[in-house]
Amino acid sequence: MVNYLIRRLGYAIVMVVLVSFVSFVIIELPPGDYLTQKVEQLRARGDRSAEQQVEMLRVRYGLDKPFLERYFNWAVNFFLRGDFGESFEFERPVSEILSARLGYTVILAIATTVLTWALAIPLGVYSAVKQYSPGDQVISVISFIGLGMPGFLLALIIMYFAIIIFNLEVTGLFSPQYQDAPWSIEKVLDLLSHLWIPALISAVTGIGGLVRIMRGNLLDTLGQPFVEAARARGLKNRTVTWKHAVRIAINPLITILGSDVFPSIIVGSSLVAIVLNLPTIGPVFVDSLRKLDMYLAGTCIVFLTIMLLVGNLVADLLLAWVDPRIRLE
Amino acid sequence: MAVASAPSALPLGKKKEFSQSYWSLVWYRFKKNKLGVVGGVLLIALYVSFVALPEFISPYALENRSNFVEAPPTPIRFVDANGQFQAPFIYGLERRVDQVRRLRTWVEDPNRKYPLRLFVQGDSYQLFGLIPTNLHLFGLEADQKEARLFIMGADALGRDFFTRIMYGGRLSLMIGLIGQFLTLALGASLGVISGYYGGATDMFVQRFTEFLAAFPNIPLFMALSAAIPVFWSPIAVYFMLTLILAFLGWGGLARQVRGLVLSLREREYALAAKSFGAKDSRIMFRHLLPGAMSHVIVIATLSIPGMILAETALSWLGLGLRPPLTSWGTLLQDAATVRAIRFTPWLLWTVPPILLTVLTYNMLGDGLRDALDPYSGR
Repeated sequence: MVNYLIRRLGYAIVMVVLVSFVSFVIIELPPGDYLTQKVEQLRARGDRSAEQQVEMLRVRYGLDKPFLERYFNWAVNFFLRGDFGESFEFERPVSEILSARLGYTVILAIATTVLTWALAIPLGVYSAVKQYSPGDQVISVISFIGLGMPGFLLALIIMYFAIIIFNLEVTGLFSPQYQDAPWSIEKVLDLLSHLWIPALISAVTGIGGLVRIMRGNLLDTLGQPFVEAARARGLKNRTVTWKHAVRIAINPLITILGSDVFPSIIVGSSLVAIVLNLPTIGPVFVDSLRKLDMYLAGTCIVFLTIMLLVGNLVADLLLAWVDPRIRLE
Repeated sequence: MAVASAPSALPLGKKKEFSQSYWSLVWYRFKKNKLGVVGGVLLIALYVSFVALPEFISPYALENRSNFVEAPPTPIRFVDANGQFQAPFIYGLERRVDQVRRLRTWVEDPNRKYPLRLFVQGDSYQLFGLIPTNLHLFGLEADQKEARLFIMGADALGRDFFTRIMYGGRLSLMIGLIGQFLTLALGASLGVISGYYGGATDMFVQRFTEFLAAFPNIPLFMALSAAIPVFWSPIAVYFMLTLILAFLGWGGLARQVRGLVLSLREREYALAAKSFGAKDSRIMFRHLLPGAMSHVIVIATLSIPGMILAETALSWLGLGLRPPLTSWGTLLQDAATVRAIRFTPWLLWTVPPILLTVLTYNMLGDGLRDALDPYSGR
């Protein structure tokens, strides 16, 4: 197990390095970004203080150095010193802008994952145990719709109903009076009362696929001899289903947790966050890309990808823990 | 494969052949799946109306502006003020300002009536880009400039939103098709090469697809399309966007093809081709790829909607296609704010055609999967 853990961690670190390289390429890619513009503006002024500022920028961002050296400097600053560069638009360090948002992004992703599973597994189990019942039919239809429905469109539709029909306020994560208040029990409760809407929206799109897979697997498992044997021993139906069948049928779900569910949650929730104007990374990322504020954008990509890699790692470890038959060679 | 074709050694002249090719079996099985057939027919209808005929179906030209800024959808009437039933008509609109809320509103003026007609003359255009004409499927009489028909409302420049949705479908639907075609070419050939050669080539391709899969896809699309220079022409942006979507999408397809080729290359017919001295490229693309083709088609069909949605999401965020190009994504830009949903909710009419497209592709893809799957007992 320890061996496996170390190898998975090593793999994740290699991926982070590669990802950071691509992110740096993306940072350098757009013609006419903030840095180029700024240098050109200063050059056009041409006086001594402008020359000095150009010189400062040149030293800071290594503008006259070769590409690989610039990447190396950036990566060392990024990972070892936590210096992510400066946002040109806000004229503040990137770390300052993102530090508050990173927490909410993680909270939203975790809340969405928990909600997805808390809804998908019972629905899938019900669907399989009561196969072809009206409930199963309804769940199947809904999950097919959820499969095809992208989260940001769903967010728009829910916003439409919330605004036009229920006259609700669905945007943001806090009520106005708690916006700048220090953390307290009331503020946490207020956060929870706002959090469930975006979490539910991002969850619904993920649930469809999970319910289908859970249903299919459980149907397969329920037909196997060991389930029959458990029934023959006179165990309660509930025990047979949950303790014997579901335990086995759930394994593929954990596999796709890493490969399918996390990516769609991270992407989905950042699009939903843009519609609902949440204080997460998503809206900042889009905004920085529109304005070609590339150090901010590159940092966002690295963080989103690291979240994805951590999610994958957790899913793999979870699977190894839940299913001892998995070979860890 | 599930082909049970008897060799056609039947005497000539006999009318009924008993051998059926793989594709005719597939067609037979596909026809039995009602949902798949409905999806296919709807999809063809969607492409015909949105890609081939939007100019004809929509009552106005794409950029035809008017003074009816943000007019709500025009109610189509069948009963006039006297309570008499008659041919469909609309009332003229009159502008009012709501003094309390300080809002511009539009009210109907029952004194002005304009009948609706089929096949009216209107803005001129070229059908299929070739035939100059000015015929539109429906609309008001051409000379009535003081009234307009907005079946899905008007946008902030007084343009008919239904017209814009019709035109926008062309770019959105085509980007999925072209992009998926490129993905298919890239993914299938790299998958076959990777599966056939194995070894270092395989290793490299596999690690590369894993690497691509490690990125969250939409953010990566966003970053790359943000790097498209602003000064490029809209057409260049369109093709660059298609390329980006295709380049990042081929990984999954390549993996599946590789898996199939790994088993196919050990089959006798592949060995036979090899012992005849066929070149590697011939074995790969004439013998192995056709064996994997049915799966490739299913995967491609099921992933086209993803590509359409990616374009929609990117353009909606202002990172994909940009005005003056009109796609469903650029149309969503105006709709996706709280203010727009509150005051001009009809701009959300873009959403139903997107959902319909996604749904029909999924229905068709599911139908094809059942029909092409050699292991299904049905």
